Amino acid sequence: MRTTIPIGPYHPLLEEPELFRVVVEGERIVDIDWRTSWNHRGIEKIAESKTYEQALFLVERICGICSTSHPIAFCNAVEDLADIEIPDRAKYIRTIVAELERIHSHLLWLGLAGHYIGYHTVWMWAWRYREPICELFEIISGNRQSYAMMKIGGVRQDIKEETIPIIMKTINELEPKIHMFADAILDDPVMLARLRNVGKLSKEDAINWCTVGPVARSAGVDIDIRRDYPYASYDRVEWKVITQVDGDVLAVAVVRLLEILESIKIIRQCLEKMPPGPLQVEVPEIPVGEGIGVEEAPRGECFHYVQSDGTNCPYRLKIRAPSYVNIPCFRSRFIGERISDILLILASVDPCYCCTNRTIKIDNGKVKSTMTDKDLLELSWKETEQLREHYKGYPGGGLLE
Amino acid sequence: MVELTPIKKIKENFPDKIEETWQKSSRRTYVTVKKDAVKDIVSYLMKNLGARFIIITALDTRKGIEMLYHFSFDQRGCILSIRTFVPMPLPEIESIAQIISGAEYIEREIHDLLGVNFKNHPNLKRFILADDWPEGLYPLRREHKCQFPYRTVEEQNLFRQEILKKEEQ
Repeated sequence: MRTTIPIGPYHPLLEEPELFRVVVEGERIVDIDWRTSWNHRGIEKIAESKTYEQALFLVERICGICSTSHPIAFCNAVEDLADIEIPDRAKYIRTIVAELERIHSHLLWLGLAGHYIGYHTVWMWAWRYREPICELFEIISGNRQSYAMMKIGGVRQDIKEETIPIIMKTINELEPKIHMFADAILDDPVMLARLRNVGKLSKEDAINWCTVGPVARSAGVDIDIRRDYPYASYDRVEWKVITQVDGDVLAVAVVRLLEILESIKIIRQCLEKMPPGPLQVEVPEIPVGEGIGVEEAPRGECFHYVQSDGTNCPYRLKIRAPSYVNIPCFRSRFIGERISDILLILASVDPCYCCTNRTIKIDNGKVKSTMTDKDLLELSWKETEQLREHYKGYPGGGLLE
Repeated sequence: MVELTPIKKIKENFPDKIEETWQKSSRRTYVTVKKDAVKDIVSYLMKNLGARFIIITALDTRKGIEMLYHFSFDQRGCILSIRTFVPMPLPEIESIAQIISGAEYIEREIHDLLGVNFKNHPNLKRFILADDWPEGLYPLRREHKCQFPYRTVEEQNLFRQEILKKEEQ
């Protein structure tokens, strides 16, 4: 017998209400449908009536977590359109801000993932380690979120000489903690049993559903905008693209954890290499034409397309956020999984909103009972608890060795 | 500037379908093609050249709805945009969702916002707009008035003709 479980559409905590209609047969999921945009803000339409400078602030408000990715992508697009080359120091500052943001976003995700499977210690730790990064942002830009650092033709604010040792100290302190964290999580047999082979995404599906970022890299698709379309100063520092082959929730977690370590490496090199010099160049009149800007946000590739008709406002601005292509891959990931894994798989792509408000269980068209996010969480926690009982006394998985 | 291999291959395989090629820089290329060839070219790009589909941009222009299919060649680090024009007032184009599953949702979005009809789309239901949004009003078209009350479909048609007339003068 088939049952439809709607997940969504609203949650007061989250900025992006979405609805998943999950069709289940017993415990197993057989189909899923996605619906979104109840809070469509019409940013693409609004941008057409704003000047380029104003539109930059507008795109910064697309997402609260990756609030520097969209501005960088937009700047890349306008700079591509008008052939602007930004100064070297600005390139390094852009890289540092973008990588700090990646660290805080990945830690945020890690904490939430821990919360979903009932590992509250992971949740508390991850968010505690994230806090100094947010404080760094406050020192650099004056804001914990929405830093307003980017500007077409450069950056708005400098990273001052006296701030550099503070950043250095913070990331040096963070690095051993991430190592410890990775060992603690990936050596835990319960965690491995709970995450491994859940929500598997094959390489073919990853390409067919056009996934980007950590989701694609966890399935073995070797793409990273930072390497393939070098912007800012990524081509001047040494780092590597993290890929895994399994495509399950565990692989996504590993990709994100190791990416934090890569980000720390990038920031350290940038701070050492950052040359003195101007922060911005004068922006010429924007010519008629079109430009494309891409940026690797924490969740994947941000894509901005700008068409100009020669006025001071963009004629058309097209924005493709990473979650827009990462969410539809659920259609292939969910099939065959259990209800208790719904939350985990939803969370694994870090879809810019993390929880569910209410779930109504409909049996033969009649509303039977309403499941809240709490019920779903409890389902997930119960499963982890069972595994914990099962794995009592087992040695670690030793994944990182 | 050296012509990129994917562009060369498209030109060889679809010589009579390509109207214009514009290589903006070594990383950005725009190719204007005929409307009826889009599906074949997209299929060729995905299956033979290993491109990654990024997104479709659609915008309302004088020549009709302009559609830009953005593809990325990640190994080469170049973005190829296939441009085509879908004539108004009844824009219709072949869907590519059967070749690339990831294109299904963006086609539904364009159907909502600009009223382009995608032929052979597996599920062309409403995706972005509210369920009670009036039929025939497309928010990203130029004749759409953002303030309430919106123009009706007839008023919109008149308004569109006026814009076009003004631009001709």
